[in-house]
Amino acid sequence: MTTRVLEVRKNVLNKNDELARELRSTFQSAGVFVLNLVSSPGTGKTMLLEKTLAALRQRGHRVAALVGDLETDNDAKRLAQSGAPVRQIKTDGRCHLEATMIRTHLEGWSLTDLDFLFIENVGNLVCPASYDLGEAVRVALLSVSEGEDKPLKYPTMFNSADAAVVTKMDLAEACEYDRETALRNIREIRPSIEIIELSAKRGIGVDSWLDFLERKKRGV
Amino acid sequence: MHELSIVLGVIETVSESANAANAKKIIATYLRVGALAGVVKDALLFSFEIASKDTPLEGSDLVIEELPPLIFCRVCDKTVELDSIQSFRCPVCDTPSADLRQGKELEIRSIEIEV
Repeated sequence: MTTRVLEVRKNVLNKNDELARELRSTFQSAGVFVLNLVSSPGTGKTMLLEKTLAALRQRGHRVAALVGDLETDNDAKRLAQSGAPVRQIKTDGRCHLEATMIRTHLEGWSLTDLDFLFIENVGNLVCPASYDLGEAVRVALLSVSEGEDKPLKYPTMFNSADAAVVTKMDLAEACEYDRETALRNIREIRPSIEIIELSAKRGIGVDSWLDFLERKKRGV
Repeated sequence: MHELSIVLGVIETVSESANAANAKKIIATYLRVGALAGVVKDALLFSFEIASKDTPLEGSDLVIEELPPLIFCRVCDKTVELDSIQSFRCPVCDTPSADLRQGKELEIRSIEIEV
C-alpha cells in the first residue's frame, strides 16, 4: 500500500466561473450591458428596478430583467408593469443565483435587441458574493434603515461590488441615518467605490443613477 | 448558507480526480480558502461530514488552509496583509487600497490517495 499526494489545483466554483465568462463574452458581443443587483431582503431592489426599467425606456433604451427569489413570481409581475420583458427565476430554496440559471432563463430572448439587462439577485448579503453571473457591473444596495455598519458586517459582498446605492433616502431623517458613517464604512471595505444615494419611491437621485447607468454602458 | 453546494462540488471533483488516478482510497482533501471567499470553515466541515456519506470520500479528512487577505499598497510599493477584512487600508501607512492580491481563493489544492 502506498499513499501519494495528487495536485488538483482546481477552483471549486470552476463550472460557474467558466459559464459566467462565456455569458460575459456573449453579453459583450451582443452589446447588452448587464448589472447584478445584490442586497439584503427589503432594501428596495425591486422598487428601484420598477422605476429604472420605466425611466430607461422613456430615455429610449431597450431593457429587460431577470429577477431571483426563493419562491413566488410576485416581483416579476410587479416589474412587468413597466412593459419591459421580465422573467422570474425561482431558486426553489437556493439562497443565490448561479450562472447556469441565467443562461437557462435567457433562452428565447434576443440579446442584440437589448441595451440593458438587470439581474435582481436573491435578497442575501452572503452567498451571492461568491457567484459570478457574467455581469459587467455588480451593484450592492444598502437602505438607510439597515444600519450604517452593514458593509462592515458583510465585507465580502461590499468588497465584490463595483458600485453602491444607498436607498430610501427619503427616510433618512426618520431612521436617524448617519450619512457620513455609512459612506465611510462602504469606502473602508471598497476604497474609491462610486456611491449613489436615492429614493426610488420619491424620485430623489434617480436621475444620477440613470446617468451612471448610461455612462457605465458607454464604458466611461 | 451555500457551503453544502460548494462541498458537493468538491466531492464531485475529488471523486473524478481520484478515479482518474486509480486511487483505492481517498485519505484527505486539501482546500485553500481565502478570507473573502464568502464561506465559513466550520460550515464546510459540517457539510462535508454529511455530504461525503456513501461517496468515495466517506471517512476521509477535509483539511482547510485559510488564506489571509493581501492587498497591494502603492505607497509602500509592496503587498501587505490586512489586519481584518473590515478595513482595506495598508496596516503600515494607512493608505486605502482596493487592489486585492489574495483572499478570494476557493480551491482544491491537492488530494492524498492510496494507490
